[in-house]
Amino acid sequence: MIKGVLGALVPLLAALVAFAFGAMMLVTLGASPLAGLDAMLDGAFGSSSRIAATAVKATPLILVGAGITIAFRTSVINIGGEGQIIAGALLSTVVALSFPNLPAFILVPLVLLSGAVGGGILGAVPGALKAYASVNEILSTIMLNLVMVQFMNFLLRGPLIDPFELEAGTRIPQTQRLSDNATLPTLLDGTRLHIGVPVAICAAVGAYLILWRTPTGFRLRAVGYSPEAARAAGISVKRNITLAMTLSGSLGGIAGAILVFGSEGQRMVTDGSAAGFTGSAGFNGIVAALFGGLHPLWTIPSAMLFGALLTGATQLQRVLQVPAALAVALNGIIVIFVISSTPVRGWLQRSLANSGMFNRSSDTAGMD
Amino acid sequence: MKRQWRLGPAVLVILGALALVGTACGDDDAPASGSGEGGALRVAIVAPSASDDLAFSQSMVDAVHAIERDVELSVTDGTFIIEDAAAAIRGYAEDGNDVVIAHGTQFGASLIEIAPAFPDVTFMWGTASDTQGLANVFAYHPAADEGGYVNGSIAAALTKTGVIGVVGPIEAGDAVAYINGFKAGALAGGASEVNVTYTGSFGDVALAAEAAEAHLANDVDVLTGTAQMVVGAVGVAADAGVPWFGTQANQTSLAPSLVVASQVYHWEVVLEEMLTLRDSGVLGGQAFEVNLANGGLVIEFNDAYELPAGVRDAADAMIEGITNGTVSTG
Amino acid sequence: MGEFFTLSVLVATAASAIRLATPYLLASLGETVGQRSGVLNLGVDGVMLLSAFFSYWTVLETGNLWLAVLVGLVVGLVMGFLYGVITVFLNATQGISGIGIFIFGLGLSDLLFRQLVGTPKPVRRLPNVDIPLLSDIPHLGEALFQRNLLTYLAFLLVPVTALLLTRTTFGLNIRSVGDNPQAADSLGVSVERTRFVAILIGNSMAGLAGAALVLQLGIFQPNLTQGLGFIAVALVYFGAWRPIGVMGGALLYGFVNATVLQWKALGIIPVSGSDLANMAPAVLTILALIVVARRVHAPSALTKPFTRH
Repeated sequence: MIKGVLGALVPLLAALVAFAFGAMMLVTLGASPLAGLDAMLDGAFGSSSRIAATAVKATPLILVGAGITIAFRTSVINIGGEGQIIAGALLSTVVALSFPNLPAFILVPLVLLSGAVGGGILGAVPGALKAYASVNEILSTIMLNLVMVQFMNFLLRGPLIDPFELEAGTRIPQTQRLSDNATLPTLLDGTRLHIGVPVAICAAVGAYLILWRTPTGFRLRAVGYSPEAARAAGISVKRNITLAMTLSGSLGGIAGAILVFGSEGQRMVTDGSAAGFTGSAGFNGIVAALFGGLHPLWTIPSAMLFGALLTGATQLQRVLQVPAALAVALNGIIVIFVISSTPVRGWLQRSLANSGMFNRSSDTAGMD
Repeated sequence: MKRQWRLGPAVLVILGALALVGTACGDDDAPASGSGEGGALRVAIVAPSASDDLAFSQSMVDAVHAIERDVELSVTDGTFIIEDAAAAIRGYAEDGNDVVIAHGTQFGASLIEIAPAFPDVTFMWGTASDTQGLANVFAYHPAADEGGYVNGSIAAALTKTGVIGVVGPIEAGDAVAYINGFKAGALAGGASEVNVTYTGSFGDVALAAEAAEAHLANDVDVLTGTAQMVVGAVGVAADAGVPWFGTQANQTSLAPSLVVASQVYHWEVVLEEMLTLRDSGVLGGQAFEVNLANGGLVIEFNDAYELPAGVRDAADAMIEGITNGTVSTG
Repeated sequence: MGEFFTLSVLVATAASAIRLATPYLLASLGETVGQRSGVLNLGVDGVMLLSAFFSYWTVLETGNLWLAVLVGLVVGLVMGFLYGVITVFLNATQGISGIGIFIFGLGLSDLLFRQLVGTPKPVRRLPNVDIPLLSDIPHLGEALFQRNLLTYLAFLLVPVTALLLTRTTFGLNIRSVGDNPQAADSLGVSVERTRFVAILIGNSMAGLAGAALVLQLGIFQPNLTQGLGFIAVALVYFGAWRPIGVMGGALLYGFVNATVLQWKALGIIPVSGSDLANMAPAVLTILALIVVARRVHAPSALTKPFTRH
């Protein structure tokens, strides 16, 4: 029991230490740490619309994170989230531009599905390259991220550009306003909570079910645990690696579609960079997944927490007028501290057990 | 791996605790009251790059500081993530700012949703030439081609090889206008070649530097460029002794002996007009242009750079010409 | 196209390629050492940004370029110490702690720049140093031997790193700890200490890479690296964990970028094709790897924290 309490306490302490660092930084910038904390909490949870915004911010993180759990559990490292998000967004945008008049109850699932397909393709490529050509996936996914950014710029400045921009000569790299039938329906009036949020949660649940309740998932995990043993058992390592990357990518692709069709502007816009569109969800999703112990269900609260950090940080910046970079640095510190705290917890638990202080037989029985 | 499974519940606990505290001490949804203490105008700027980047974002911050009103200014800069910028714009509107300046072309799409939700707030959006039919949105853009044309013609007067180089980010927005104007002015002024390279990024300084080097390898002896990554190119120009023309802000400090002139955006000229309209009850719906004629665009010469005889006079005449319409920027 | 194949243009392109490749090479070599010992560091970009900022600031305040290089190295060392503690002694998950360092470095360097400098001010750039005799070789000399000292250092470190890994006891320790830490441990090699030192080396080189980047440019900006550190990590895989392969990757990347820029300047690549051309370095890197497909042997313990059983 003590270990259970410790289990939750140590990361909490780590987060607090990280916040203490943040407080120091705020003080040197001439801002009040308490006001900062208040701003962050207010920004993340201060009202129903803010909580909705936090959930919306967390949505791509849940999806990418769930995808990461599938990939990592198959021992494939997918750093291609950014590119997969973009690919999904582009394909879903093309679909919406091609079929604007389909009724919403068909078009909305259709765009989400096309997002999955787009992202899936961008996951399948590095997956197949790894499986069949021994091209390391870290390399191919990083490279494909770069390719997709340029491809997005090309499409949004060229074939997909808003015709109005061409007439006006302003050349803003954005599409025209996409069909209203594709707008993700809002769930709660007065907030921006849209169906993307439950879709993401269902996807995470789905990832869990696939991994632990289907033969496919079993094979994926087997490959992840030991490719040689899997091969000996007749499981195709190559096919499963490709499958893992495809599934991982498709979840990122859905995130891309949600980013477009849940956006304020109902268009796909680029500023030339990847993060301008994705908000670095491709990387933050990895953090969320790992915070969740690579378990799709735990990825959900992890992503929410990260989303809260992000929305809270923007409020902090706005209210205290500190540079946004402070929030970025703070996020980094929190990640470092929390992830460093897990082994500390294990060490702490072990030394407590060894010290004989809490010597009850039931405690030692559950020891890690 | 097993160790980390326990992190999950910890996260849940942290999340729950924060959410409870957050909702408890959160302010309610009612927006704060309008004008600040003493009637100061509350203005907020949301900009995509740093507010002291000697380029786009800086130009607007400088402009707000330059207007002759009592202003309480809040700035969110470096928001290149478009959704975050939308959240910031909305947040500033909720906070009760009178004016929210969405200083980024890519932020416009979000205004369609946000502006109608805050009918008492004036939104200013640039660079753009269309208000998208929104009653409380003003649009502003620079006739960057005009200053580009002037810079180009001076460049043509300075070049000995006849070849001039341009380093641009992406072919969009005011970058295109400036570069096209520059090219037209240079060619009309007698340059034989104007080579344009779009590096593909607004931020990649190293790439901009090498793009400048590539130009230099092709006999280029005058350079210009636009966007915040251009500081890399200026460095290369400075080391090679090649004159530089700037835009968006006064870039003399980047190469005090080699910057010839900069087309500086003085948005305050149109900001004043927009605010006057707002005072009279018109919160938006009009588009504004800063150009040489209304003083929104100013060619600021570097006094430390000695222009050959007659070039300065020719430039001034050119500015006159554009102002009264006798010269066309093509 | 004919204009591209004039000697002076080719030489300039080669020089540009080598300049571009320098930071990639330094960072990538460092990451190679770390990865050979079984440690993946995804935070290279963050380390580079911090060392770049501090190097820049040193030149701004003191005007001394070599002090700035030293500062860059020290910043890398300090970050390496931090990463070493997190990874080796706390056994934290490497991928995520690396990303944490990246985010932290990105934010802190930005923040420090805003607070301490503000408007970008240009500083002295690394001067080109002609290598006597060699730089007089027509054309080739100009391209290869009229570069700055950090570039020479980067390329010198290729054989040095290779020798370190293959011919020294320490190098043997690194490789054994990366391939089979249990066996190494039972043979008396301190896994923790070896990995810690490897991480220090790796991050110091990332620090040098950041210094090289900023001192070649003579100016700093938030997010100066634009993802360079991640590409450097990718190049380690491209080079199959061998310094010479990593050098090949860095040069490939530099050459493609330099050529694209030159073709754009010459008009060979029209403005409309600009975006597609920008994909070239990434696409060619993947293609190169497919073409040169070989059975690659990754350090078996890469990313796995070591616990004594």
